[in-house]
Amino acid sequence: MSTHTLHFFDRVDTALHDATLRTALDRATTRFVGNRAGAIGALSDADRLRDQARALRAQALSRLDELLERLAARVEARGGHVCWASDGEEAKRYIADLARSRGVRSIVKSKSMASEEIHLNEALERAGVEVVETDLGEYIIQIAGETPSHIIAPAIHKTREQVGALFEKHLGMPPTTEVPPMIRAARQALRQRFLRADMGISGVNFGVADEGAVVIVENEGNARLTTSVPRIHVAIMGIERIVERLEDLAVMLQVLARSATGQKLSVYTSIISGPARPGEADGPEEFHLVLLDNGRSQILGGQYAEALMCIRCGACLNACPVYQSIGGHAYGGVYSGPIGAVLTPLLQPDLPDHHLLPHASSLCGACQEVCPVRIAIPDLLLRLRADAVKAGKFHPIEKTAIQGYATMMNNPAIYRAGGTFARLGARLLRRKGRIRRLPPPLHLWTRGRDFPALPAQTFSEWWEERERQRQSG
Amino acid sequence: MSTPAGPRRVTLFVTCIVDQLYPDIGKATVHILERLGVAIHVPRGLTCCGQMAFNAGFRDESYAVAGRTIELLRGQGDVVLPSGSCAAMIRHLYAELFAHSPYAGPAAELAARTYELTEYLVDVLGVTDLGAHYRGRITYHDACHGLRFLGVGRQARALLARVGEAEMRPLPNGGTCCGFGGLFAIKQYAISEAMLERKMHDVQAAGADLVVTGDASCMTQIAGGLSRRGSSIRARHIAEVLANMVDARPA
Repeated sequence: MSTHTLHFFDRVDTALHDATLRTALDRATTRFVGNRAGAIGALSDADRLRDQARALRAQALSRLDELLERLAARVEARGGHVCWASDGEEAKRYIADLARSRGVRSIVKSKSMASEEIHLNEALERAGVEVVETDLGEYIIQIAGETPSHIIAPAIHKTREQVGALFEKHLGMPPTTEVPPMIRAARQALRQRFLRADMGISGVNFGVADEGAVVIVENEGNARLTTSVPRIHVAIMGIERIVERLEDLAVMLQVLARSATGQKLSVYTSIISGPARPGEADGPEEFHLVLLDNGRSQILGGQYAEALMCIRCGACLNACPVYQSIGGHAYGGVYSGPIGAVLTPLLQPDLPDHHLLPHASSLCGACQEVCPVRIAIPDLLLRLRADAVKAGKFHPIEKTAIQGYATMMNNPAIYRAGGTFARLGARLLRRKGRIRRLPPPLHLWTRGRDFPALPAQTFSEWWEERERQRQSG
Repeated sequence: MSTPAGPRRVTLFVTCIVDQLYPDIGKATVHILERLGVAIHVPRGLTCCGQMAFNAGFRDESYAVAGRTIELLRGQGDVVLPSGSCAAMIRHLYAELFAHSPYAGPAAELAARTYELTEYLVDVLGVTDLGAHYRGRITYHDACHGLRFLGVGRQARALLARVGEAEMRPLPNGGTCCGFGGLFAIKQYAISEAMLERKMHDVQAAGADLVVTGDASCMTQIAGGLSRRGSSIRARHIAEVLANMVDARPA
């Protein structure tokens, strides 16, 4: 079911009442968190490596224009084409025009969050081209008519039981809850598509400026087929996903797979530089690199620039107790979890309730703790909250409450009087040493939790009384 | 670190939640420090670090509250808080709140002499055995801000390990948020409750009769969840345990 038209709170509510979703998330995030901890823990110098990765990201972003120019020039020198797409529309138009002019009828795609971000599939389908996702998770959600709910595990919200039912319906396979036969069935169906496709579209994990190359990591081999079997390969890369040298790439790859899946290295790492050269048997005839800005250069240099360091490993999603509770779809944007709560308001400002996403965090810091490049996600969420308040996006009750709070905290007399008043009220509400029901808006606390009975005396009163006694005694 | 020779003196900032809801935590902190020969000063009119408004995005309001707190703590020596969250606000977030403001300098100066209680006891005073007793099974919940923004956790465990007769039980996922998160607990009540539900499950699995934590706010969430579920497990602040203010129930 698509929940994207609902308000954020309704999406959360839907997610929290979905027991199957809970099962799926529990299984997957527990496995991811455990695998990551093991893989990072196995490194003797994980902290140094992460510092190094962070420094490399910062350096690359500080010279982004220069590195992109170099990447583009070297891609072109190797016979590739480069499209500088300032937004999703430009990227989609370029790819759709390319498909049309080359007579493309069938496209295979490997995983690309950038393509999700610009809703590429819909645009291509509207242009009359058949598009098939070949990453298993993406394939599952394409069949189901859904969107990814995780950066690296798009179908994380589905249990194997649900996938079995889906494959039974769409691929005509016998009912099963075993994963291997499902993989076999998908592989069989996809193999035909690979052989038939005229164009392969991939994402990019990193562009390597010095080499004029793009790097794609994956575990299924589908990206390698996508980028080598069809006669045209189009790679879509967010402009921030760049490193300067192959040595830098080595550092990034070490932290990426470990953080994402807990692998030392993904099963396939493809470094692709341009189309097949004369005499080469494999590889596409044409290679196109789409450099997607789509709001990124606006973020650069500002107070959210750190978010561009993200290498899309998904570790912060797995570690986040909010994500673990509600999954990815509730966030409403393409990117979910803690980094999604930062990126969505910045990259998808048209989403009506995007300003609520930064509040979908208890600021526990688990995201920052696992981030391979140590992005201070809680700090960024706090800045987004402040920006939303500045833009007047808050509940009127909240403003009244905060102003009341500030008045009390700034005036000890009012603070004391307020406390006394609250204690009197609380005395009326207490039953058996606790409060089971508070008046609105605090009823939202007592919906699922008791509140303590308030003490007869505050600490300050006790302290002052004690000081007086000491002085007189 | 300002640790002059002679008798130690600290400024105690109990925080607004302890002042209003849990005076026993403040009293426990006073008892612990005084027994260790530390003289305590409580500035009159000290209320709140300003975190509630800051986390809600209301930076002007937070600036006013926190600025006043900086003024009241000016020249007051080492500041000790029985809260990792409020200590983290001062040590970590004041820099952001007061960046490019006249308070930037004073905020940094205050941050350098601000300590969370267990950190002050173990790292500054160098004590772990406070002569406390608890006849029962204790499990420790790492409150997030202390754990991740101050690196506190080791100290509390060292202190609890010396509590006589107590049996320590590991809390599964002990570093996972309980779902409090300040206004988050109200504004995102449903998510907060779901996170609490998981914490309740882990607390149950720990097999302890007492959950100890270093933040009154997380304690409110955990205790509120336990109480609502009719559980016999109690939640208390570490200061109360260390000051011998929590008794084992008769079996």
